[in-house]
Amino acid sequence: MSEHILEVEHVTKEFPGVRALDDVSFSVRRGEVHCLCGENGAGKSTLVGVISGIYAKGEYDGTVLFKGEQAQFRSIRDSEKQGLTVIHQELALSPYLSIYENIFMGHRRHRFGIIRWDDLLIASRPFLKRVGLDENPETIVSKMGVGKQQLVEIARALSKQTELLILDEPTSSLNDDESEKLLQLILELKKEGMSCIMISHKLNEVLEVADSITVLRDGRSICTYDTHTQQVTKAMIIKGMVGRDLTSMYPEKTASIGPTVCTVRDWTVYHPEYHQMKVVDQASFDVRKGEIIAFCGPMGAGRTELMMSLFGKSYGSSCSGEMTLHGKKLELRSPHEAIERGIGYVSEDRKELGLILIQTVRDNISNSSLRKLSRLGVMDTYREISEAEKYRESLKIKTPTIMQLVRNLSGGNQQKVVLSRCLLADPEIFIVDEPTRGIDVGAKYEIYTILNQLASEGKSIIMVTSELPEALGMADRIYVMNEGRIKGVLDRQEATQEQIMHMALS
Amino acid sequence: MGNSQQQEKRLTFFQLAKDNIRNYSMFLMLALIFIVFSILTGGVNFTSRNITNIFIQNSYILILAVGMVLVIIIGNIDLSVGSVCAFTGAISAMLYNTGMGLIPTLILTVIAGAAIGVFQGFWIAYAHIPAFIVTLAGMLLFRGLTYIITNVTPISLSDDDFRTITSGSISFESLDRGGLHLFALIIGALLAGLYVYFAFRSRKNRIKREFEVLPVRYFLLKMGFFILLTGTLSYKFADYRGIPTVVVVLSLVIAVFVFITKNTVIGRYIYAVGGNAKSAKLSGIDADRVIFIVHVIMGALAGLAGLVFTGYMNSALPQAGNLFELDAIASCFIGGASASGGIGTIIGAITGALVMGVINNGMSLMNIGADWQYVVKALVLLLAVYYDIYTRRKAGLG
Ligand SMILES: Nc1ncnc2c1ncn2[C@@H]1O[C@H](COP(=O)(O)OP(=O)(O)OP(=O)(O)O)[C@@H](O)[C@H]1O
Ligand SMILES: [Mg+2]
Repeated sequence: MSEHILEVEHVTKEFPGVRALDDVSFSVRRGEVHCLCGENGAGKSTLVGVISGIYAKGEYDGTVLFKGEQAQFRSIRDSEKQGLTVIHQELALSPYLSIYENIFMGHRRHRFGIIRWDDLLIASRPFLKRVGLDENPETIVSKMGVGKQQLVEIARALSKQTELLILDEPTSSLNDDESEKLLQLILELKKEGMSCIMISHKLNEVLEVADSITVLRDGRSICTYDTHTQQVTKAMIIKGMVGRDLTSMYPEKTASIGPTVCTVRDWTVYHPEYHQMKVVDQASFDVRKGEIIAFCGPMGAGRTELMMSLFGKSYGSSCSGEMTLHGKKLELRSPHEAIERGIGYVSEDRKELGLILIQTVRDNISNSSLRKLSRLGVMDTYREISEAEKYRESLKIKTPTIMQLVRNLSGGNQQKVVLSRCLLADPEIFIVDEPTRGIDVGAKYEIYTILNQLASEGKSIIMVTSELPEALGMADRIYVMNEGRIKGVLDRQEATQEQIMHMALS
Repeated sequence: MGNSQQQEKRLTFFQLAKDNIRNYSMFLMLALIFIVFSILTGGVNFTSRNITNIFIQNSYILILAVGMVLVIIIGNIDLSVGSVCAFTGAISAMLYNTGMGLIPTLILTVIAGAAIGVFQGFWIAYAHIPAFIVTLAGMLLFRGLTYIITNVTPISLSDDDFRTITSGSISFESLDRGGLHLFALIIGALLAGLYVYFAFRSRKNRIKREFEVLPVRYFLLKMGFFILLTGTLSYKFADYRGIPTVVVVLSLVIAVFVFITKNTVIGRYIYAVGGNAKSAKLSGIDADRVIFIVHVIMGALAGLAGLVFTGYMNSALPQAGNLFELDAIASCFIGGASASGGIGTIIGAITGALVMGVINNGMSLMNIGADWQYVVKALVLLLAVYYDIYTRRKAGLG
């Protein structure tokens, strides 16, 4: 038995117009946690695809050795049979099935083709206990938060006798608490002998769990660090990722805050299905000109629901309360009206709600501004193209052309496309829901710079974030929400992580 | 990314042709089928008379396919178009028989079709009933109404003028030379000239702005193809009776809707809503209204198709339009539209409809009955869609 569970040697993978992987080599020892770091579009997810058989042998050059043997996977199913499980960047549970059905999906035990659901229900319990998920196995997964869904995915992996678990940005949609739990779980599984590859843009987490770290840049493996033999720092990783030093995480901001622009009073939102249930309860807040405010709180606090409901009633069965813009009462019945009145919204769910995956980068960027880019209903194609090119350049969207389909972009670059769409619509109040989800450190800095610049131009920014350091580094004021209520507000100077947590739980 | 850009410049002509095979594979298929039938019929299907006939015999399906592809792009389906054709066809005959003349009849029939579209569009877009169900109901409803207003007997037309809309042709005797209707050639040349002019102008503009353009060879090939096509068609028309009136109607419809889907805001809305309705809504697009408008357009085009079919039969039949919806839907899928919405083109749907038309026509020329025509069309539909899905998956479009 070889020391390495996985060896990747000289792998090259090309897409039309893009070389996603260029002579990548690295190896994972048995029982270690190996982290992959790299900028958006560096090729991390593609590498996972090569290892796990999404790209079959022959679609790439180079060799992949799994458990010492040349991998011949032709699909995910093949690799799962051999004990390799991938949890993808975008979750892949079946949303309307229950927890235990999802756990045994694709490898149901059956006798003569008949599934014994009761047996499965019982069989699922130990796995749920193992991952620390305290839920009825019959719960429908879409009714749970992303964090819990993530745990179901891991339970599913455990039920399949996984030897090598690959997690592609597992914590990007979790809050700090949930992330911490997940990392602990990974460390425990490691003790039990499982090997693990984890991709993450959160370098703190990487340093916490990694035994070794491989850095990718522009599709090439730059270097591998061993955290046991050398002292690895964030700066070292970042330098490998972007090829230069990055001195600070948050750009300097000179706030020039003006009068109040928008107020929200007693905003209450009811659940889309259970019409009596309040998802947001009497939320009141206001935003001033040139100000960045952040909404913090645990998952399920009602932040996204509040924002979507404000954005032209895009969420909930009904809502009540009052919203004013420049002192005038605002009645928005649709997102269309909201955008017309100068409100922009970047959704946290870019795949379902932010983008049209089968359309090109250009189409996606202009989708909110088609009227602006047209004359008498006829598109001004030249202007459209130059606007799209402008954002591709200023946000450094990594794509061979603006006519590339958005679905072929890496996760982080897709996020930049959503941002571009909202920026092009030129809103006065910019609601950004988890704007830096799945975005690398360098690009984060760029996005923060853009937000700051918008603020200095007199725009107001409402930021929903699960990353407390981000809120502390960016916001002028921080609203803390929990269980549908606004629990309080903190000024930039006085806010600390402990205070925010404390306020949320009070 | 440095190396990706370099790579792009190095794209050769053949690579580009290979990468884009999806975009023109249906033209190749149409040409291939046409050639096969030319061989099988000993060239009969390439005669001027037959070319004209193919257009006349399929005109109403072509018109329906234009509307249907829009419906399919927004992710819906319309099963009612056959019945709507019968109903509007009957209405057009009744209107014409009052003696109001052809143009008012045409306008009123299209309006009647649009009104039906408003009715169905309302239930689909605003009452949120699946289009499949609404138009299934519409299929029954309008068939029933057709029987009621016609008393289940054909309505014959008061004079023969009506049929000119379908089977008539445009030519000027003063321009006829040696058995050729020169007018058709002049129009063909004009169209080709305009195409070349606009293609060059747009290319120059794009280069000036440093936008990407097709490689020269590819560009010229495309242009040559278009000139060849218009040239052949106009020659064939000139050789027989001149430009068929229905081809003029058809060209106008196609031109208008190609323009709408490619260059207008509403066209972009249609693709956006079809691609992902939730996202489109959050991008500020009024998805319900877009869906409504598309069904109104479909209704209006079904009205036009009903009128053209009445002209073709020279009377309004209560059983008219039977299975038209299936031909129209099949055309769209053969032409590369995706059943899950967001993907499809007018030109594709037209090509698909012509593929079916050429098969029908060729087999009729060979005296093969309707039974085998169904079998062959079914197989072509399956193979075409399989090929489409296969190449799409290979291109990483899932
Ligand atoms: N199917 C595809 N077709 C064309 N290009 C692709 C395809 N899939 C990925 N790419 C390109 O390959 C490169 C690497 O993408 P990949 O998804 O591996 O990045 P990543 O490192 O996972 O980034 P992120 O951190 O943003 O998730 C990107 O430039 C992307 O645009
Ligand atoms: Mg990725």
